[in-house]
Amino acid sequence: MGYVAVKGGTEAIHNASELAEFYRVKGDTTPIDIKQIRAQMRLAIDKVMGEGGIYAPEYAAIALKQAEGDVYEAAFILRAFRTTLQRNYYSQVINTREMFVKRKISASFREIPGGQILGPTRDYTQRTLDTAKATETVIDIKTFLDGFDAKIDPEKLEGISTFGKVIDLLQQEGLLAPVDPTEDRSLVDITREAIKFPAPRSARLQMMARAETGGLMALGYSSQRGFGAVHPTVGELRYGTVPVRVKDAGGRNRYIGKIEVTENEMITGSKPAKKGTPPYFTIGYGLCFGHNETKVICMSTLDTAMRRPEMGAPANDQEFVLYHTEGVEAMGFTNHLKLPHYVTFQSSLSNTRAAVERNNKTNKEVEQQMIQMQSV
Amino acid sequence: MIENTKYTNKYNFAFIDEATKKEIRRKLLKAVAIPGHQVPYSSPEMPISRGWGTGGLHITLAVIGKEDVFKIIDQGSDASVNACNLREFVNGMTGCKTTFDTAEATLIQTRHRITEEELTDKQIIVFQVPLPEPLRMVERYEYKTLQMHAEADYAKMYVSLYESYVRHGAIMQGAGYPVMVNGRYIMSPSPIPRWDTPNLNQAQTLFLFGAGREKRLYAVPPFTDVEPLEFEDVNFEIEDFSKSECYKTGYKKAFLDEIYSDEGERKFVISDSNFLDKKSEKQETHQYSNKYIDQLQEYGL
Repeated sequence: MGYVAVKGGTEAIHNASELAEFYRVKGDTTPIDIKQIRAQMRLAIDKVMGEGGIYAPEYAAIALKQAEGDVYEAAFILRAFRTTLQRNYYSQVINTREMFVKRKISASFREIPGGQILGPTRDYTQRTLDTAKATETVIDIKTFLDGFDAKIDPEKLEGISTFGKVIDLLQQEGLLAPVDPTEDRSLVDITREAIKFPAPRSARLQMMARAETGGLMALGYSSQRGFGAVHPTVGELRYGTVPVRVKDAGGRNRYIGKIEVTENEMITGSKPAKKGTPPYFTIGYGLCFGHNETKVICMSTLDTAMRRPEMGAPANDQEFVLYHTEGVEAMGFTNHLKLPHYVTFQSSLSNTRAAVERNNKTNKEVEQQMIQMQSV
Repeated sequence: MIENTKYTNKYNFAFIDEATKKEIRRKLLKAVAIPGHQVPYSSPEMPISRGWGTGGLHITLAVIGKEDVFKIIDQGSDASVNACNLREFVNGMTGCKTTFDTAEATLIQTRHRITEEELTDKQIIVFQVPLPEPLRMVERYEYKTLQMHAEADYAKMYVSLYESYVRHGAIMQGAGYPVMVNGRYIMSPSPIPRWDTPNLNQAQTLFLFGAGREKRLYAVPPFTDVEPLEFEDVNFEIEDFSKSECYKTGYKKAFLDEIYSDEGERKFVISDSNFLDKKSEKQETHQYSNKYIDQLQEYGL
């Protein structure tokens, strides 16, 4: 390492980061095991991986620990880590019809192919604070797991199967809007080139897949509540694992592993632009890493909303939605206001002082004129 | 035997992988070829927050070589906390020597200032840019500003400067005063004070601008016309420091920071920390000169 010029600021930042580390461990408790974070903070990990744009549960757990549980910060750490990795392959298109389904529900039909599978959900529980969690022991967990296992009869387990999709039913019946031949269907990689507007749908979906859940939620909610009037119905929401394949040098598809994803297809009625076109249903699409239902629901709502740019609501506005739901960028720039701005401020200070002076002068002149007029 | 390399991630020279550095350099060449034009680029995430100098870092890391001597300032100061952090990052990822001495540096990264000392043709200065689009204040949509630049349709911009004059008796734009580059593109010079703006004109140095969050690069090559926007009868003006002087050196011909003592007394001090050090030690300095500073006779130089 070469010679590093050092001034007071360097010592200050070293001390500040040391103090932050002290705050992380000052309780002098047992360090949280990465395995424990992975196992017991599943949804936080999924959020961090999704917003961090890299599927790496273990690294997400490390980032969460390092960031004292701040999911924004943890996602940011993963994004930065991602930069150091070379992109060697693009995966083949993931086919969610191959999903090993853990949860699958539809709000649009009572019965769907393969049935409604509730899977792991907290949707139908009372959110009362469970104070028993405060005293949970290893034995409690073991007892629960043993009891859970005992309830499963291997004889009765069905074979693993995949399921047709709800939208297939609609498509077969001819209720879905045909693909618009004028729509930009080019495939861009938003991690390799800056997004341009109007952005193709591929870019919009990629941006939203990495977007911050809360940001998507705020805008998705606004659309649902009245600013844009998208009235969506959940066609099918799925959570499960899908296989990932890449093409090797010889052109053969190779299975490289599986990832957990949440997928949502949102059905919305359309307003035909041309006379004589029936009001087909359109599908808004949402997909993200891990288990994050809020994210895919809002993502698919916004996907539909952004395809109707004419409606003049924030959620229908590509630039508004995509730029401002990008969590890592939004967090960075809002927080940059903490940086010193005294040079910039000095520059406007000199303008403002001059303007106030000019104004005072004019007011005084007006005042004097008034006095003169009154004395006359 | 398969080696377990799981936690032994080693960083490439200058952190960013070579393919991406090459991409950034290609985009920089395009930026130099079209002065003042914003070129979109990949803008990979850095381990530094967005909006905290990532665009500047991308350029620095893409162009830096092992022999470079690196200087970084924030609001003119080498000691500013974020500059210290970025300096350590660049040093840690490249092993390059770092310096405070403006004259010694071959590559300078800056936030919101140009050095008081005139830079040479052997030096490159990289600006951290928060908002690269000068037209954003009159047009919020990117696809529209793109079109305005393409057609050199800058009427809205001039109207906004005119409106400012009508309302307040002056063009109220403070730092980041918009400039016309090479008679073609309106460009944001990043939030440098107006004091620094004229120094971009017909300079010997290559000026590179990086806006990481907005994913845009642009450049002002050496010996390019850079003119602040103005009207025939209402002109661009720099900040007026004629009634103040640096309390440490008594010097007037530099951008001054306004500071307040515990008693609330107002004082001024030279903003460029290396220039302040050199003036305090009575070292020789070669300062920029331009018509705006030169015509301020009352400075009594």
